[in-house]
Amino acid sequence: MPGKKRLAVWKLASCDGCQLSLLDLEDELLRIAGAFEIAYFVEASSATAEGPYDLSLVEGSIATAHQAARIREIRRESRLLVPIGACATAGGIQALRNFRDFGPFATAVYPRPEQLDALETSTPVAAHVPIDFELRGCPINKRQALEVLSALLAGRTPKGGSHSVCIECKLRGTVCVMVARQLPCMGPVTHAGCGALCPAYGRGCYGCYGPMETPNTGSWSGWWQQRGMDEPDLRDVFRTFNAWAEAFREESERHGS
Amino acid sequence: MDAVSEPARGESFVLEPRALQALLDAIVAEGYQIRGPLVRDHAVCLDEVTRVEQLPVGWTDEQEGGHYRLTRRGGSALFGCGVGQDSWKRLLHRPLALLWSAERDDGGLALSEPHEEPARFAFFGVRPCDLAAINIQDGILAAGRYPDPFYRARRQGLLTVVANCTSAGGTCFCASMGTGPRAESGFDLALTELWPDTANHALLVETGSDAGTRLLAAVPRRPAGDPERREADEATRRAVEQMGRRLDTSDIHGMLMGNLEHPRWAEVARRCLACGNCTLVCPTCFCTNFEDGGDLELRHAERTRRWDSCFTLGFTRLHGGPVRRKIRSRYRQWMTHKLATWFDQFGTSGCVGCGRCITWCPVGIDLTEESAAIRASDGRSGR
Ligand code: SF4
Ligand code: SF4
Ligand code: SF4
Ligand code: SF4
Repeated sequence: MPGKKRLAVWKLASCDGCQLSLLDLEDELLRIAGAFEIAYFVEASSATAEGPYDLSLVEGSIATAHQAARIREIRRESRLLVPIGACATAGGIQALRNFRDFGPFATAVYPRPEQLDALETSTPVAAHVPIDFELRGCPINKRQALEVLSALLAGRTPKGGSHSVCIECKLRGTVCVMVARQLPCMGPVTHAGCGALCPAYGRGCYGCYGPMETPNTGSWSGWWQQRGMDEPDLRDVFRTFNAWAEAFREESERHGS
Repeated sequence: MDAVSEPARGESFVLEPRALQALLDAIVAEGYQIRGPLVRDHAVCLDEVTRVEQLPVGWTDEQEGGHYRLTRRGGSALFGCGVGQDSWKRLLHRPLALLWSAERDDGGLALSEPHEEPARFAFFGVRPCDLAAINIQDGILAAGRYPDPFYRARRQGLLTVVANCTSAGGTCFCASMGTGPRAESGFDLALTELWPDTANHALLVETGSDAGTRLLAAVPRRPAGDPERREADEATRRAVEQMGRRLDTSDIHGMLMGNLEHPRWAEVARRCLACGNCTLVCPTCFCTNFEDGGDLELRHAERTRRWDSCFTLGFTRLHGGPVRRKIRSRYRQWMTHKLATWFDQFGTSGCVGCGRCITWCPVGIDLTEESAAIRASDGRSGR
């Protein structure tokens, strides 16, 4: 058997939540360490090894010039590159700044904004380099992460589609909160992967996995508009963790600046 | 109301509402697991029922396109709610099933198939449209050269106790589809609720099989008379009158298949979310997809089957990508399969008129309305 595959986990502009989801795979961590050489994962171990890597998981968006350069290096060093989480796949909550002038934000928050070295925008990994697969979510689902690792080792396609959250909701047997309780659930326009968690707890989906494969956001908004949702609210429901994902961005811009 | 003589198949009886518990007990005593309607999470769901009080007594529902609301109306009606989101499909044709798994050790590969214990379900309170849907799925999944062993194991020992509809829901159109509101055959027992909220409240019971008839032996009952039969006919007629939707099925195959380029398909595609809810709540849709999984050590592999929908891109993904890229073509696939090409494939309509796809579509898309719109501007030449 050839040597173990080399795994690296990187962090760019992010909150560490997705890496914590990986570490939360408590029962499987030793097995992952048995199956891979964990060459770079600073959140887990300070020992780091040089590339190349068979698989790089990247958490975080590109929000500084340094990160923009870094992601190119990571790409060069990695056979497979998989962005994980809403920051890496859509720009994250920090991409809210993309809708405004960055200058006044910096002045409002930092006493010496001239010391900042930040880009005007927060953008996903795929806006900078080609990617091989992506794991959505804010944060990612640890079971999905494990599935990607196992699939890579077996050379097969990871399970799960890019269809709506509704499909998972029905598989699970949850009563639809949009129909039975008139809650604005974003499940019909949101990418599956979480297992339809929020509706199972009696809340509408917040869209944290970003747009599904063919999101009809206009129809969704039209339905809620007829039921009294106003323009600022419609703008804001699409402007959260995946605000900069194309379909959500365009829909939010239809309802306000 | 006493059991005077042995009941005979084909006879009808009258039960007082409290005698229903004796019926449930008799079903359990025969070794069945009862599944029936109960209120949970703001809807009528299908789950284990052993006591009459678990039924949605005194509840009613309001159903419209994209709208379902349970309300308490009080009173004694046992079957005042129509069908909920779930159909019996969830129990017979499960959403997820392990097909096989394999273990590898140094010696080689060991394959195993899950052993499916035959279930003994008693479905209690099956609506006539849903009985028709089970019949349709039987023809697809349990018959033919390649019957589905999972479906068969759960279907074989099934007992069905129908609850005929004496009021119809806002999205129902079984009368158009010829599946209700009263079941004529294919059940073990069929109940019709008479005069709820009055002192005469009773249930007419029709026997449809030996197994059903035997169950009545221990249940206090009296033979049905003309007043009960007449009221059951009346209640059925009232339900037909009340039906919230209708579908014109005349030449529906020709009408839809002759209008594949009708502009209405593009119009409905502007509203359709391609979320797949309509197909998953439909009691006859049977489509599935397969997924392979395995562990990190490459010692264990497995193949699972899960419900899929013709609304997902994955459903038609071949080399080079999905075939039905546009929502227009996916909606058209769904509706023409349900109402037209199902006849070519299975000899019946794929729709029983239960209305679930209308109620549980998050944006209230209604296939009766879409079909009527196409018919109203039929694009076939000479019309
Ligand atoms: S609750 Fe939300 S995710 Fe679930 S089926 Fe309804 S709309 Fe879809
Ligand atoms: S197509 Fe709609 S109305 Fe017809 S059986 Fe299916 S869910 Fe019921
Ligand atoms: S309508 Fe779609 S999901 Fe339903 S049986 Fe036909 S192809 Fe399958
Ligand atoms: S018709 Fe309704 S339920 Fe069906 S896919 Fe379209 S939006 Fe979803």
